[in-house]
Amino acid sequence: MTTVESPPDSAPSESAQRSTPTEAELAAARKRARRRASSKNWALFLLFAGPNILLILAFIYYPLISNMYYSTLDWRLGSPTADPVGMSNYIRFFTSPSGLEVWRVTAIFTAGAVIGSMVLGLLIALVLNKKIPGRTAARTAVFSPYVLSGVGVALVWMFIFDPQRGALAHILAAFGIDSPAWFLDGDWNLVMVIIVYVWKNLGYCAVVFLAGLQSIPKDLLEAATIDRAGAVRRFFSIVLPLLTPTVFFLLVTNIIFSMTNAFDILRVMTPSGNGTNTIIFEIYLQAFGQYNRAGYSAAIAVVLFFTLFIITAVQLRFVERKVHYQ
Amino acid sequence: MSSSTDNRYPTRSRPVEPKPESHTRTNPTVDPEKKSRDQRKQLRRGTWRDAFSRRNLADTLLTGYLPILIALLIIVLPLAWMISSSFKPVNEIVTLEPSFLPNDPTLSNYETVDRRIPLLQVFQNSVIVTTVGSTIKVLLAITTAYALVFIRVPGANIIFLGILVALMVPPEVSMLPNFMTIEALGGRDTLWGIILPGLGTAFGTFLLRQHFKSLPKELFEAADLDGAGHFRKLFQIAVPVSMPAIATVTLVTVVNEWNSFLWPLIITDTRETMTLPVALNQLRSVEDDVASYGILMAGAVLVIVPMLIIFACLQRYIVAGLTQGAVK
Repeated sequence: MTTVESPPDSAPSESAQRSTPTEAELAAARKRARRRASSKNWALFLLFAGPNILLILAFIYYPLISNMYYSTLDWRLGSPTADPVGMSNYIRFFTSPSGLEVWRVTAIFTAGAVIGSMVLGLLIALVLNKKIPGRTAARTAVFSPYVLSGVGVALVWMFIFDPQRGALAHILAAFGIDSPAWFLDGDWNLVMVIIVYVWKNLGYCAVVFLAGLQSIPKDLLEAATIDRAGAVRRFFSIVLPLLTPTVFFLLVTNIIFSMTNAFDILRVMTPSGNGTNTIIFEIYLQAFGQYNRAGYSAAIAVVLFFTLFIITAVQLRFVERKVHYQ
Repeated sequence: MSSSTDNRYPTRSRPVEPKPESHTRTNPTVDPEKKSRDQRKQLRRGTWRDAFSRRNLADTLLTGYLPILIALLIIVLPLAWMISSSFKPVNEIVTLEPSFLPNDPTLSNYETVDRRIPLLQVFQNSVIVTTVGSTIKVLLAITTAYALVFIRVPGANIIFLGILVALMVPPEVSMLPNFMTIEALGGRDTLWGIILPGLGTAFGTFLLRQHFKSLPKELFEAADLDGAGHFRKLFQIAVPVSMPAIATVTLVTVVNEWNSFLWPLIITDTRETMTLPVALNQLRSVEDDVASYGILMAGAVLVIVPMLIIFACLQRYIVAGLTQGAVK
C-alpha cells in the first residue's frame, strides 16, 4: 500500500474488504505493512527533503552552534590562534560604551523605522481603500520600492541627501533652510537612514493594511454611518479595533525586518557606521570591518538570534491569542 | 489585476494578500463567486460612475486622488530623478540650478561605470547567481514541501518546526561561520561559493507546504488507484495545479537573489566574481565626489531597473508572496 496520505482509521483498507480474516490477524498485518511502509517512506522522504534539510543544517543550524563557540573566544579573523575568554565578549557588549551605543542606535532605528512605515502605510492604505479607479496601479507603484536592491536605493538617496548638490538641499534652499550635515553628523545620519528605510518599506505596510481594511465588514461601517458617526469616529471605534490583528502582525514583522533587513542601506550610505551602528551592522563591522574581532562579532550574533527568538515566541504565545480576531 | 478581485477574497484571521494560488481560480466551474466578464465590466463602470458623480466628485478628488498623488510623487520622484540624472553630463549634475530632465542627454555615465567595473562580467555573474540559485532553491522547496505534506513519516512535524525556526535566522547571524566553512572548502571568490550557503530554503518550503496542504485530497485519489508513485504524483499532479504558488516562490526568490548583498560582499574580493550590488558598492567608494553622482545613478539604474520591469509585469505574484504571514 502506498496510500500513505489517508489516516489508517478513516476507512477500512482495501484488503480488509476483500476477505474476512480475524481481528488479530488483521491488526498484525496492518502493523507489518505500516512498518514496511514506514521504512520505505523514510527513504523516499529523505530523497525528497534530504538535500534541503542537509543544507539548512549545514548553513543555518551549524552556524548557530559554532557562533556560540566562537563567541567565547578572543579571536581575530584570519588569525590561526584564539584564546578562550569565557563570557567576556557578552559582558563587553552589554556594558561597554560602544556596546551600549549599538543598543541605543538599534532602538532608535527600529522605533523610527517601524512607527514611520506603519503610520504612513496605514494612511496610504486608508486612501487606497476608497473605491476609485486607478487604485490598483497606485498600490503597485507604492509597493515597488520594497522589491528593489537596497544598494541601488541607497545610491539614489545619497544623491538626494547630498548637502551641496542634492535635490533635498535645493528644495530646502527654496524655503530658506540650510541642509543638515548629512553624512557627517551621526544623529542626522541615523535620521537619514530611517527615512530611506521607511521609503523602501512603507509599501509593504500599506498593502498588508489594505488587506486588513478590506476584511472589515461593510455593513458595520454602513450602520455606523446611518448612526451619524463621522469618519474619524468610525475609524477609531470600528476600523482600528478590527484592525488590531493586522497592527500586531505588522508590528512584529516590522520589528524583525528592521533589525535584520537594513544592512545594504546602512553599509552603502554610511560605510563605516557613523552613528548608524545597528546590531546587524555592528556584527558585520566587528568581524569584517577594520577591527577583525570575530569572537566579539559572534557574541553579538548570538544575542541577536535570541532577541529575535524571544520576539517571535512572544508573538506566537501572547499576541496571537489576546488580539481580537473577528 | 482587475480592481474587483480585491474584494472577492476577503482575508480572515491573517492579514495577507488574497492568494493568487487558490486552486479554484484556475478552474472556473467550481468558483461560485466568479463573475462573468460583462458583470465585472459593469461593476468597474459602476465604480467609475460612483467616483465621479457630482455628489462624490469633490470627495474623490480631495480625499482620494490628492493623497494618492502625494504618495506617488514621494515614491516615484526619487526613481525618476535617478533615471534622469544617469543621462546628465557632469556640468548638469554639479549645477546649482538643476533641471528635472537632462538638457544634453549623454551615455557617458554608463561608459564610465563600464570602465570602473567590468560591467558585462559583473552583470553576467549576477544573472548566473540569480538563475542557478533560484532554480535549485525552488526545486528543493517543491520536493521538501511535497515530502512534508504527502510522505508520512514519524517526526515530520518536528522537521517542519526546525525549518520554521530556520526561517527566523537572519543571514547576519550565520555569516561568520559560513565564511569559515566556504573558505575551508575553497569557495572564496567563486560563484558557487556565493550560491551554496543560501540554497537551503525555508521560505519557499513553508509557503509551498501551506499550499500543498490546501489541495483537495480527491486530486490524488485517482492517481493512488492507478498505483502512481510519488514522483508521478508530484510532477504530474501537485506541480501543475500549483503553478501560481510556484511562480510566487520563484519570483520572490529571484528578487532576493538579485538584490542579495551581504554574503556576496563578504565572500568575493575580485572583480571577476563580484555580483552587481557588490560592484556598485565598490564603485561608490571609488567615485566619491560631487561630480560622480551621475555615474552612481547609472549604476543604480542597472541594478534597479531589471527588478522594476519584472515587478511591473508580475507584481501580483510577488506582492502575494512577500506579504504572506512571514512567521506562522
